[in-house]
Amino acid sequence: MNVIVCVRQTPDTESAIKIAADGRTINTDGLKYVLGPYDEYSHEAAVQLVEKNGGEVTAISFGPERVKETLRNCLAIGASRAVHIHDEDTSHDDALAIATALAAAIKPMSYDLIFTSNKGTDSDRGLVGAMLAERLGLPYVGLVSELELEDGGKALMCGRDVEGGQREKIKVTLPAVICAQKGLREPRYASLMNIMQAKKKPLETKTAAELGVDTAGAVKLEVEKMEYPPQRPPGRLVEGGSVDEKVKELVRLLKEEAKVL
Amino acid sequence: MGNGIWVIGEGKGELSRATCECLSEARRLAGEEKVSCLLLGSGVSSWAGQAGKFGADEVLVCDNAELGKYNLETWAHLVAAAVDSKKPDLVLVPATTHGSELAARVAARLGLGLASEVVSLSRGDDGQFRAVRPMFAGKVRVTVRFKENGTRMATVRPNVLTLAETNRSGAVSSLDFGKPEKTGADMVSVETRGEGSSVDLSEASIVVSGGRGLKGPENFHLVHTLAEVLGGAVGASRMVVDAGWKEHSCQVGQTGRVVTPDLYIAVGISGAIQHLVGMQNAGCIVAINNNPEAAIFKVADYGLVGDLFEVLPALTEELKRSRN
Repeated sequence: MNVIVCVRQTPDTESAIKIAADGRTINTDGLKYVLGPYDEYSHEAAVQLVEKNGGEVTAISFGPERVKETLRNCLAIGASRAVHIHDEDTSHDDALAIATALAAAIKPMSYDLIFTSNKGTDSDRGLVGAMLAERLGLPYVGLVSELELEDGGKALMCGRDVEGGQREKIKVTLPAVICAQKGLREPRYASLMNIMQAKKKPLETKTAAELGVDTAGAVKLEVEKMEYPPQRPPGRLVEGGSVDEKVKELVRLLKEEAKVL
Repeated sequence: MGNGIWVIGEGKGELSRATCECLSEARRLAGEEKVSCLLLGSGVSSWAGQAGKFGADEVLVCDNAELGKYNLETWAHLVAAAVDSKKPDLVLVPATTHGSELAARVAARLGLGLASEVVSLSRGDDGQFRAVRPMFAGKVRVTVRFKENGTRMATVRPNVLTLAETNRSGAVSSLDFGKPEKTGADMVSVETRGEGSSVDLSEASIVVSGGRGLKGPENFHLVHTLAEVLGGAVGASRMVVDAGWKEHSCQVGQTGRVVTPDLYIAVGISGAIQHLVGMQNAGCIVAINNNPEAAIFKVADYGLVGDLFEVLPALTEELKRSRN
């Protein structure tokens, strides 16, 4: 079973985010980049599937040169090979452009299953998986937190939570695109030996032009400006000598001042 | 321009609140232009007219017994066909699980610009739509412009935009695109099972979240009881979810849900940045924590320093009493 996992390199979620001088992008000075937190789960799910059923995992990512570092990390945590779609232009960091480039790179490959993950914790878009599925003409199941192969590996039973406290079970024939939710599989960490071995694994680089894709043409949105959200006015501590007094005062404030009860 | 604004609605027996929010926003943006609501499913015609109450001039329904179960590929095929034939200026979709994946497939199929998880929309004097959406879990927000004319799409984050009732006719008519084509995609079965009547986190107007201060899963009932008295939903911090006390669907924060209730009560949560970005846009924030230095107090409108094991039962009782 050959599994492709589409990953995104994102700034560490602990990073302080500063807006750059152009007022449209972030200042990347000193940012630490990591494999996207959600991608850790999809990558692990991919690796466990091939460990159990044979085959190999290919990690693929779109972005500038620094993305190679994240792909090396994927090679150290179970991927057999990696493909980097190299693009230095940050204005091409657009869901449809990325999905189009990924689809072009994946189409000639041999695969049974493609993983994406919930969303980039930087872009907060959550669109690439479904867009990639559409471009490849494949079924898609989003936000999967449970999966099991069925029908001798020809289908996948997926479980997911949706709004209203409901859980959906969706059976999908392969090949398909599956978007992993946090918690699907517990991610592993690379050992030093894995990191050394990863250096010998193949990492191929392609450009959108080589793939015959017009990335710029696929970009339909343009950022006009980036701002910090409005600051909340400072709050205050609820006064009172005892727990009961404080609680009474809190309920009064919520009713009479905040008017939320 | 001049082709009106569409909302791709959803609901079960009635329109979802998120759909009504989209309709209210569409009405506001449309001025006197037409607002249409598109509804797919089996039996939707019987309640489709509700869309008029929130500003829909017309409701287009694909009402078909074969659409009893949600199937992304089928839905995307029908919505794309409808959008492509009528070419509305703007299509709004609730940013729910179904709405988000549906909008993404339709946009990819038709090559349309799609702004996702939008929290505000505007239309300039030039008639151009602009959308504001958070990035980095709300550490920054961007205003995006659509580069091309024609149909533009946006998914709208639930519980952010305000509801506005504006009675319009909401006249229901059928759209017929025949039987959904077999796509390369093949959804074999869809089963949906409910898990009680728990209020949904992203649509709840009150959320009570618990953190490490609860000391263990056996104490989470204190949070549940308070939420129940308030008619709210239950949330949790990342630590609590990582430790397996609560399921991930409850997690509020950067790698969980972003919530915007009218009232958010954080119980025993210290206030790590990755939690704050998930709730800092709530209308009113209450923090209950025994550590007066906890970061959560910096964003709280009302902070209560105290032992949650004393405060929670007292607060639950006081709320019950004040209600009677």
